[in-house]
Amino acid sequence: MSDPGASEGTTRLVVGPFNRVEGDLEVRLELAQGRVEAAFVSSPLFRGFERILEGRDPRDALVIAPRICGICSVSQSHAAALALAGVQGLVPTDNGRVATNLIVATENVADHLTHFHVFFMPDFARALYAERPWFPRVEARFKAAQGSAVRKALETRTTLLHVLGLLAGRWPHTLAIQPGGVTRGADARDKVRLAATLGAVRRALEEGLFGAKLERVAELSTREELDRWRAAGPEGDFRLFLDIAADLDLGRMGRAYDRYLSYGAYPGAEMPLYARGIFTAAGPGEVDTAAIAEDHTHARMEHRSRPHHPFDGSTLPDAEDETGYSWCKAPRLNGLPFETGAVARQMVDGQPLIRDLVLREGGSVLARVVARLVETARTLIAMERWVHELTPGAPWCAQGSFPNHGRAAGLTEAARGALGHWLRVENGRIAGYQIIAPTTWNFSPRDGAGMPGPLEAALVGAPVRQGETTPVAVQHIVRSFDPCMVCTVH
Amino acid sequence: MPVPPEATPFNVLWIQSGGCGGCTMSMLCAEAPDLATTLESANIRFLWHPTLSEETGAEAVALFEQVLDGTLRLDALCVEGAMLRGPKDTGRFHILAGTGVPTIDWVRRLAAVAENVVAVGTCAAYGGVTAAGANPTDACGLQYDGRREGGALGAAFRSRSGLPVINVAGCPTHPNWVTETLMLLAAGLLGADDLDVYRRPRFYADHLVHHGCPRNEYYEYKASAEKMSDLGCMMEHLGCLGTQAHADCNTRLWNGEGSCTRGGYACINCTAPEFEEPGHAFVETPKIAGFPVGLPTDMPKAWFVALSSLAKAATPERLRLNATSDHVVRPPAVRDIKRR
Repeated sequence: MSDPGASEGTTRLVVGPFNRVEGDLEVRLELAQGRVEAAFVSSPLFRGFERILEGRDPRDALVIAPRICGICSVSQSHAAALALAGVQGLVPTDNGRVATNLIVATENVADHLTHFHVFFMPDFARALYAERPWFPRVEARFKAAQGSAVRKALETRTTLLHVLGLLAGRWPHTLAIQPGGVTRGADARDKVRLAATLGAVRRALEEGLFGAKLERVAELSTREELDRWRAAGPEGDFRLFLDIAADLDLGRMGRAYDRYLSYGAYPGAEMPLYARGIFTAAGPGEVDTAAIAEDHTHARMEHRSRPHHPFDGSTLPDAEDETGYSWCKAPRLNGLPFETGAVARQMVDGQPLIRDLVLREGGSVLARVVARLVETARTLIAMERWVHELTPGAPWCAQGSFPNHGRAAGLTEAARGALGHWLRVENGRIAGYQIIAPTTWNFSPRDGAGMPGPLEAALVGAPVRQGETTPVAVQHIVRSFDPCMVCTVH
Repeated sequence: MPVPPEATPFNVLWIQSGGCGGCTMSMLCAEAPDLATTLESANIRFLWHPTLSEETGAEAVALFEQVLDGTLRLDALCVEGAMLRGPKDTGRFHILAGTGVPTIDWVRRLAAVAENVVAVGTCAAYGGVTAAGANPTDACGLQYDGRREGGALGAAFRSRSGLPVINVAGCPTHPNWVTETLMLLAAGLLGADDLDVYRRPRFYADHLVHHGCPRNEYYEYKASAEKMSDLGCMMEHLGCLGTQAHADCNTRLWNGEGSCTRGGYACINCTAPEFEEPGHAFVETPKIAGFPVGLPTDMPKAWFVALSSLAKAATPERLRLNATSDHVVRPPAVRDIKRR
C-alpha cells in the first residue's frame, strides 16, 4: 500500500493492522533512501470510557475502569482505587497495601512475560532472518504461537496468575482492589500456597529465560557485564536475545527523546519499590503533576484551543475533524513528550545497568527489552518478600464513607508505564474522569508545536528494505514499547 | 478424542473490535491442558489471531481476502469486542487499521462466509461495558443490542451452519467456555437446542454462580456481609447477583481456585445482557421495605420473605460473627462422635 508522496523521492506506507500489540494500531510512514523520514501513529479504535464513567456513582469506577483494558485491568483498577481513596481521604491497611502490590505486580510480571515471548520475539523467527546464525534456535523457540519458549511462557504465565485466582478472585477484571485495601484476606495456608506458586515461576524463569538466578539478573550493573553475559554467560533466552541485539544493532535502533517519567511503583510503608520521578538530560528530578497537560491539536477531539490539565480536560470526539489523525491525545509534561515504561521506571529508580545503557547509547529497543527483563527479576524477588509480609488476622480493608464533592488523582504504574486517573466528584456523582495511559504518552500524536510523540520520534531513521510492506525494523521498534492501544484512547 | 493428523482442521479467524482484549487474555490462561494443546487435540487451527499470529499488516489483510474469496474455508468467525456503529452509522469509531474500512463492515462480510459465528465475551454478544452510560460509540453486539435482538448482523442472521450467533458471554469470558464451545462446534456437537434464551451455550449457562459459592451457608441463614472484605453473604447489602447470574464460576473456578465471590466481592452478573447498567451502584443492593429488589431466580417473593425472616431468626452465632469479619473468628465446633 505504498504510493508516491508529496515531496520528491518520498514514498508513503500505511502499516496495519498491527498484531501482537494489545489493541489496534496503524502507522503511516514517509520513506526516503530506504529509511523512515517521518512517522504518524494512529489509534483507530475509540470507545469513550471517560464519557461512560460520567454521571455514575464514583464506586462504579472500580467496575468500569478496569474494563478499559484486558491486559492491564488490574493497573486500571489500582488507579481508580487510588483516586477514590484520595477523594475519601482513606489510607489502605498495611495488609491491603501489600496484597495490592502483589496483585499489581503479578499482572505486570505476567505482562512482561507475555510481551517478550508472545509479542516481541516471534518477529526474529520470520523467514527474512533465515540466514542469520542465530535463526534456527530462535525459530525453534519463538516461532509465533508454536515455538517451545512461547508455549512454555504461556504455561508459566498461567501458573503465575494463580496468585490472582487466590488473592483477587480472577483475572482480568477483578473487584478485589478497594480504596481501603483488598476484599480477600489471606491466611497462613494461602501464604504457603502463594510462595509455592511464585517458586514455580522463579524456577521456570531461571531455567528457560535467564539460565541463572534472578538475583544475578537484578544485580547487573554495566554494559561490560552485559557483553560478558552475551559472550560467555549462562544459556537462556536472555542470552539469545543479546546475541540477536548485537547482530542487528538493536542498541542503536528506536531512540526517542531519552526523557523518562515514572509515578513510582508498589508503595511501601515509607517508600515505593521503584522510585517516583523523571529522568532527563539534566539527571533525575521530581514529577510535577500540575505541569501535565493534554494537547488535542492532532487528536480527533474537540477543545483544541489550548492544552488541558486532566482535572479540566474533556473527551469529546470530533468525527468531522480532518486535521486530527488519531483518537489519542498528546500528553505533555512541561510542554514536552516523555517516555514511560519499564525503562523509565528503572532509569528513575537508578538501576545501574539500565542507566549505563541509556547514558552511553541512548534509549533503544535493546534498553527497553533489557529493562523489562531486569525488572521482571527484581519484581519477582520483591513479591516473594511481600508474601511473607502478609499478616493473617490483621485488617485487610479500611472503611470510609464517600463525600459528595472532591477530586483526586490516582497514579500508578502499569507494565507499560505511568497510568493516571483524574477524578472529580460533584453531588455524589462522577463529574469528570480523565485518564492518561502509558501508551497515550508513548504513542501520542504531534502536539500544537508539531512535536512528534516518543514512538513517532523513535521510528525516524528506521531502515526499510526494498519491497517491505510492513517493515520489520518498524515492528521491532513499535513492539519494544509494549504498546497497549485499547488503553491509549480508552 | 485425539484427531488423526490428516483430518481437515477446523479453521478459526479471530477479529477484535470495541472491547478490551480481556477475553483473549483470559483464554491464554487455559490450563490442564494449555491452550495450544487443547486446540490441537481438537484439530482447531487459528487462521489468524491478533495476539498470536506472525502475520501483520498487509499479510493479515491478504489472509482476510482469501477467506472472503473462498480460498480459505472459515469454520468459525470469532469476534471479541462490541460492534461500533457510530458516529452516525459510519462505523468510523473503529477502522480496521491499514484498510480504511470500518471493522463492523469487515465483520459483516466475514460473517456471510462463515460456517459459524461466535461472539466471544459480553461486548461482542450484547454490547457490554462498551455500550454503557451515554454509549458514545453506539456500540452493540453481533446479534443483540442489549436485551433486544438485532445488533450488527440483524435478528434474522444465520451462519452457513444454520445457527444464530453463539454468545459466549462473560466479562471476561472463562477460557474453557471459549475452548469448549469451539471444540463442540468442531465435533458437530453444538446445536440450536444447546443455546439458552440469550444464545449462551447451556453447558455453562444452565448453572448459577450461586452453585458452589462457599458463602452459601451464610446465604442460607441470611448472615450478611456489611462491608467490603467481610465473609458473609453479599446478596443483602453488597449487590451480589450470584443467585440470578447464569454461569458456573463457582464450580468451574478461575485461575486455579478463584471466582468473584471467592475473591470477596459481588457477582455483577457479567454474562447477562445489560449487566453494565444495573440502575444502581454495582456494590449496593437496592431494597424495598428491607428486602432486595432482585430475588433469586425462580423464587416467589412471599416465600423468600418468609424464609429469610425465619433464617435470620435461626442464624447460628458462629455465622453471625464470621459474616462481618474478614477472617473466621469462630470455627465450626468439633463434636466427639464417640460419645454419642
